[in-house]
Amino acid sequence: MSGKGMNLTLKVWRQRSAQAPGGFVTYYAKNISPDMSFLEMLDTVNQDLALRGDDPIAFDHDCREGICGMCSLYINGRAHGPERATTTCQLHMRKFKDGDTITIEPWRAAPFPIVRDLVVDRSAFDRVIAAGGYVSVNVGNAPDGNAVPVPKPDAEKAMDAAACIGCGACVAACKNASAMLFVGAKVSQMALLPQGHPERRERVLSMVRTMDEAGFGNCTNESECEAACPKEISVSNIARLNREYLLALLKD
Amino acid sequence: MNLDAKIPDGPIEKKWDNHRFELKLVNPANKRKYTIVVVGTGLAGASAAASLAELGYNVISLCIQDSPRRAHSIAAQGGINAAKNYANDGDSIWRLFYDTVKGGDYRAREANVYRLAQVSNAIIDQCVAQGVPFAREYGGTLSNRSFGGAQVSRTFYARGQTGQQLLLGAYGSLMRQVSLGKVKLFPRREMLDLVLVDGHARGVVARNLTTGAMERYTGDAVVLCTGGYGNVFYLSTNANACNVTAAYRAHKRGALFANPCFTQIHPTCIPVTGDHQSKLTLMSESLRNDGRVWVPLKKGETRAARDVPETDRDYYLERRYPSFGNLVPRDVASRAAKAICDEGRGVGASGRAVYLDFSDAIRRLGVEAIREKYGNLFDMYERITDEDPYRQPMRIYPAVHYTMGGLWVDYDLMTTIPGLYCLGEANFSDHGANRLGASALMQGLADGYFILPYTIGGYLAKGGLAKVDTNHASFADAERESTQRIEKMLSVKGKRTVEQIHRDLGMSLWDLCGMGRNKAGLEEALARIPKLREEFWTNVTVTGTPGEFNQVIEKAGRVADYLEFAETMVLDALTRSESCGGHFREESQTPDGEALRDDANFSHAACWEFKGVGVPPALHKEPLTFEHVKPSQRSYK
Repeated sequence: MSGKGMNLTLKVWRQRSAQAPGGFVTYYAKNISPDMSFLEMLDTVNQDLALRGDDPIAFDHDCREGICGMCSLYINGRAHGPERATTTCQLHMRKFKDGDTITIEPWRAAPFPIVRDLVVDRSAFDRVIAAGGYVSVNVGNAPDGNAVPVPKPDAEKAMDAAACIGCGACVAACKNASAMLFVGAKVSQMALLPQGHPERRERVLSMVRTMDEAGFGNCTNESECEAACPKEISVSNIARLNREYLLALLKD
Repeated sequence: MNLDAKIPDGPIEKKWDNHRFELKLVNPANKRKYTIVVVGTGLAGASAAASLAELGYNVISLCIQDSPRRAHSIAAQGGINAAKNYANDGDSIWRLFYDTVKGGDYRAREANVYRLAQVSNAIIDQCVAQGVPFAREYGGTLSNRSFGGAQVSRTFYARGQTGQQLLLGAYGSLMRQVSLGKVKLFPRREMLDLVLVDGHARGVVARNLTTGAMERYTGDAVVLCTGGYGNVFYLSTNANACNVTAAYRAHKRGALFANPCFTQIHPTCIPVTGDHQSKLTLMSESLRNDGRVWVPLKKGETRAARDVPETDRDYYLERRYPSFGNLVPRDVASRAAKAICDEGRGVGASGRAVYLDFSDAIRRLGVEAIREKYGNLFDMYERITDEDPYRQPMRIYPAVHYTMGGLWVDYDLMTTIPGLYCLGEANFSDHGANRLGASALMQGLADGYFILPYTIGGYLAKGGLAKVDTNHASFADAERESTQRIEKMLSVKGKRTVEQIHRDLGMSLWDLCGMGRNKAGLEEALARIPKLREEFWTNVTVTGTPGEFNQVIEKAGRVADYLEFAETMVLDALTRSESCGGHFREESQTPDGEALRDDANFSHAACWEFKGVGVPPALHKEPLTFEHVKPSQRSYK
């Protein structure tokens, strides 16, 4: 283990349920190793709370290797904290200094209501995917995997878009709570691949309609989403979403 | 107990075809009269739920995360195997079958493995059709790479995120069926019990993790796709929510648990650095394609890796296994790393690590080519360790990764409880005593897309299932038991946290039932586990109330089950006094330290029947016969 323990002051949003009022509570995280992940730092705070018989701070997490998209947290005013292209679970305490005060809030967006403390309900994203974020191909219908060649640059671009982990940082970082980076990533993936083309038009119309109904706002081109995205999904996917949407409308 | 695997007659190439023809069919109009409860939405669960719904069944899908897209299959990095032979390097269904049986050290069922190899190609086709962005060559065709335990390139991949992309494909198909109304999706639900009616699986009791309410779900069959139990070791590469509870609850209701001691320790993980760690992180096996594993030749080497000249390095995998080199199977690579570190030649502050060095590959292919292949893995390594693997070798060490053991299933993937199916990592079927890299994704999707949708029809078409609703006394009983258990945990109000007790259990298991196992150690573990269980039920602290979002209750329930399950796992390891695959009994090894099987006494699946908490389970054996791949001392030299 490198370095010595840090002492930190945490201001954490606590809220017992969606209906209950919430507020910041101050905690002290002591003797924190710089090698800890941010979530492991919260684990140690929670251990102390549990030993005192207090309710631990609720936060979503699962894989702890930056791929499941379960972890969130607004840290010092930034989605997933200060490090570029990094989920909270992969943010390490060496990015902070001894004596720092860290403010920790949940994602704040109307379509993501708070469940408890730092946990929010992101099921709106599932509804958007259900509206068309797939190819409608039943098992048994697929031609040979090499039957349809896909140019390597298209496959690479599709993969860039498909890397989205659905964490919601883009929405949290946007003052309009826009989900256009999330939706654009999926629409782009499918638009770039020939397998996505038969449903191209219906997909984009349906996903955008569902996105609007869920209460996500519009894009005003400030690129906060791209800056916050732990997978560096490019805003060019929003441009492609807009093109796909416009083309779909023109064909209507 | 009659353990009939129901392997179809006929030559191995025809078994699955013959069986599909013989299975009774449910006609399309009748399928919509059946409801199937699928627990879990990983590759197996999502693919099963989507495929069943496509066929016309009504599906209830439960998942523990806030969205089905987050199941732990998403973390699989390296790839998925198939016998396409696109690389024109001599692959075939037969070779994939052979490699998998051999890789599993002759402890898997031949007929199941052959079927797995047979359907592997259709999986790739299905995933491509779904828009999974697999890696491609410049001509637009699919790209392949090599993985451990095989000398052909049969692994399809999407950068280092293959599991993510395959899962998102299956999740898309699942969400399509949600939008069509055929799947009812219930996220943030944790199955706490299986409900039997007249001896048949007819539903589950689950806790709504948002509200804390107990909920009842009923159907004509139940499908468990709830993953592996690696987290029994506390530190593993598994996600935090991975647990044994669903499978173990089914076990307590009568499903036999097969080969629980078959756990996979993955050779390339980031080493432990301190007590704070909540998990260990895998570095994909694909890295062994281009990375070379080495340690210093002499003990007590103090120079930095880059300053150690070639002549003072021991590329021990290449030395010991010249034909497979760095691509030996996982169990072999892990044991070799442990042996080298036990010798005192390990590197890093703890001495429990070896180097995985890319400098040769970077010289040969250039930094950009390496970045394109492994960039996300290198970035992850740097974030965790604060070291740049482009400039200095990674340090790696084995960690618990996957569990080959699981609920016993027959050829139809049905457990010993009628109407209860088990798919993916949660079952025991295809990997024997060691799983080859890129085969977990293959098995999960094979089970869900191409096997269960057929076999479950054969069960339902037999008919005779009475209508059951959730007011049935069996549901009420199961729900009451689950509720009382939570109340009991809350009432202890002791002084140790759930984490602390889990950690104690995990450390004992890692020391005594990890990479090296022996009789004395396993007996010591069997003495410790009941004490830890006693400590849990007399001295644990569980905070909050049951009727709310409460992550402490969630974790406590899982740890309580580990404290029972661990005993069965260790007993299995003690009873199997041979070594095979990932199960290494120190008493049973060849002169050069390889796993030495005892086919005369242990060519069987060990299937345990629950007899009560703290009561030794009863052992039933399914004999394994090998007609096609003749068991031999596995050699990768």
